[in-house]
Amino acid sequence: MEIIRNVAELEGWRESLHAAQDPERLVVRVCLGPGCLALGANKVSQAFQAALKAKRIRARVQPLVKETGCHGFCSQGPLVNVDPFDLFYVKVKPDDAEEIVDTTLARGQAVERLLYSENGTRYRSASEVPFYKMQQKVVLKNVGVIDPLRLEDAIMAGAYRSLAKVLTSMTPDEVIAKVEGSGLRGRGGAGFLTGRKWRFAVENVRKNPGPVYVVGNGDEGDPGAFMDRTLMEGDPHAVLEGMAIGAYALGAHQGFIYVRMEYPLAIRNLGIAIDQARALGLLGENILGTGFNFDIKINRGAGAFVCGEETALIASLEGRVGEPIPRPPYPAEKGLWGRPTIINNVETWANVPLIIDKGAEWYAGLGVPHSTGTKIFSLVGKLRNTGIIEVPMGITLGRIVEEIGGGVPGQDRFKAVQTGGPSGGCIPYELKDTPVDYDSLAKVGSIMGSGGMIVMDQRDCVVDVARYFLHFLEEESCGKCLPCRLGLKSMLEYLDRFAKGQGSQQDIDDLHSLARAIMKGSLCALGGTAPNPILTTIQYFKDEYLAHVVDHKCPAGVCRDLITYSINPELCNGCGLCARTCPQGCISGEKKKPHTIDASACIRCGMCMDECPVGAVLVA
Amino acid sequence: MATKKAKKEKAKKTEGNGLVRFSINGQSVEAREGWTILETARQQGFDIPTLCFHPAVQPIGSCRLCVVEILQDGRSRVAASCITPVQAGVEVLTHSEEVTNVRRWVLEMLLANCPASRQIRELAKAHGVTSTRFTVEHPEDACLRCGLCTRACDEVVGTRAITMGNRGVFKEVTAPYHRHSEVCIRCGTCLYVCPTGAMEYLFPQVSAP
Repeated sequence: MEIIRNVAELEGWRESLHAAQDPERLVVRVCLGPGCLALGANKVSQAFQAALKAKRIRARVQPLVKETGCHGFCSQGPLVNVDPFDLFYVKVKPDDAEEIVDTTLARGQAVERLLYSENGTRYRSASEVPFYKMQQKVVLKNVGVIDPLRLEDAIMAGAYRSLAKVLTSMTPDEVIAKVEGSGLRGRGGAGFLTGRKWRFAVENVRKNPGPVYVVGNGDEGDPGAFMDRTLMEGDPHAVLEGMAIGAYALGAHQGFIYVRMEYPLAIRNLGIAIDQARALGLLGENILGTGFNFDIKINRGAGAFVCGEETALIASLEGRVGEPIPRPPYPAEKGLWGRPTIINNVETWANVPLIIDKGAEWYAGLGVPHSTGTKIFSLVGKLRNTGIIEVPMGITLGRIVEEIGGGVPGQDRFKAVQTGGPSGGCIPYELKDTPVDYDSLAKVGSIMGSGGMIVMDQRDCVVDVARYFLHFLEEESCGKCLPCRLGLKSMLEYLDRFAKGQGSQQDIDDLHSLARAIMKGSLCALGGTAPNPILTTIQYFKDEYLAHVVDHKCPAGVCRDLITYSINPELCNGCGLCARTCPQGCISGEKKKPHTIDASACIRCGMCMDECPVGAVLVA
Repeated sequence: MATKKAKKEKAKKTEGNGLVRFSINGQSVEAREGWTILETARQQGFDIPTLCFHPAVQPIGSCRLCVVEILQDGRSRVAASCITPVQAGVEVLTHSEEVTNVRRWVLEMLLANCPASRQIRELAKAHGVTSTRFTVEHPEDACLRCGLCTRACDEVVGTRAITMGNRGVFKEVTAPYHRHSEVCIRCGTCLYVCPTGAMEYLFPQVSAP
């Protein structure tokens, strides 16, 4: 392919690609997101290719097996969609490929047993499945649809149309005005108005001319969060295009994407996308013949959580130790190498081409005022349906968990939702009508964060959950400031005591006071938000804290020092499964007679409870 | 609104002669533009404790003992005064409840983490903190990892013989590759600036005899 010299050539190429495509061509879309890959999607894709080679399908064009990014419904993987029939298959195994080829591709019929069913209803199309039905895919519209390694796919889906529009018909000021008008807020966590950030940066460049930079923050590191990864893997060109538009607005010629090394697939796909765009002149010098130069380099992070903080990220990009520095000055004033820098989350960047293409008013119409647009969440935890979702801002927490997530299996209500990752807050069931937008979440003591959403059920202990997140942050603290380096460790000391049933009501109040000191006294947002899980769990679940320290009980049956396992003799049928499973060998009993646990030898691992087919093992 | 406007106008007036006017604990003070709150407060005789600050090196805001509460447009924030530049019209509180809470907790944690430091014990006592609720894991430790020694070695001496190694709770003062530094000129600057006396036992570990 030759370099595309102008917009007319780009549009001409797009049209020719559309014209060459047969709308009736059979396409098997196999999800190659990491979730499905782990479940063997690679082999599923190979099996389809082999099956298609072995059997000739009577069609005008040979059917295509398309390896796409994440389809979202991770708990049902490996996922396969068959177009144009719009059939949606779940938990597909390599052995199923032949049957799908025979039944669906050759005869146009559905393989009933592989369709998704929920509560007795069987769904043919993904769009009917409750998990997808409630969603509004805007940023993720191409993820799972296009092959991220084929530029032609992205071009047909409209990639680089917005960049062409910006370069040929808009001034940098008009671009910024449009982003401002959309009300887009940063998707990385803090929710700062993107347009305002850009305006601020541009004003600083005018005052102080010289080189400037744009940076894409893909250093997502929250436990249980994989929104940015999905986006970078599934539609890398959207991120590149957004950054190119931002670079044009700022007058930057160099961009960096900071991706953590633990995301090899994202790094590979972004790297291939950059090479493709460069080869066609969509990145590099004289883009589309407009005289605009811009290139992007990928920087691999070594996996430090704190490097997601923008000043630490910049330090890491410059080759210094990844430690934050106090703001102001903000990166928009003094960023990379002391120059004005626009640094946005990759999800924020991916929103930009949509705003340019469809208009600021259209975008502002999505979501709610002050939190416009849609947000990608990774919905995980004790849920029937888990995976990646995209919903309009302002949807309530309860609808996300119960309607999209399908609720907690076997329980009528969830206990709490942790939004915003380890720096976020734990929102109880009672507040399930809280709209998910920046301001409402802040009001209940949590944050939007980058979009992790961890759902807990009655078997999760809030003290244990707070301990888990705090432990994560303690390991990830850079150690530059004392409240964070020593404070997280000290808060953990309190929680460790509570988990053993030690401590007093006074200790809970002291912990609250310490948490406030750390929140107020820390240098960067890592320490500043680290106490959130503690503050919110004490606020909403104080009873559970009191149960630990006063009654020496863990109501959820998690904290090992406070629980005992026993067997209900009325329910136990003496199958002996628990006795065979027990690693301590401390369960005994005659065949077909109630068994008993020797509490003195029991290590409270809970394996007997998980194994018991009749639910006779109790924990208290 | 009227007061806000008046404040802004006032701010403009003071900026005219290169001075910034704001208040510390209710007392009106003037500072040169670009000064930090700590510099101004100390010059005016306000007492703000510090450990990681030394006028000879760039401040980094590590120990957070110098935090102050800053009231601006009806909003309050707590910031380290050693790295916060003065701003016209703000009200600075050096001993508000939020500030004291941060300081007392930091000192109590330091008592558990730098138990061997007499200087820290004395500073804590001056702030009414005499015991700690936290576990003392290393009774011989006196270092608070503020990096004043490494900054002085770099910025003042220019040798970079010592450095901060590791991170988080494992952060430590060390020489590159955990070896005795061969570029150390044994000038003793690190010993001089160390606020806790830790360098006295760290020095033989990092410098070649």
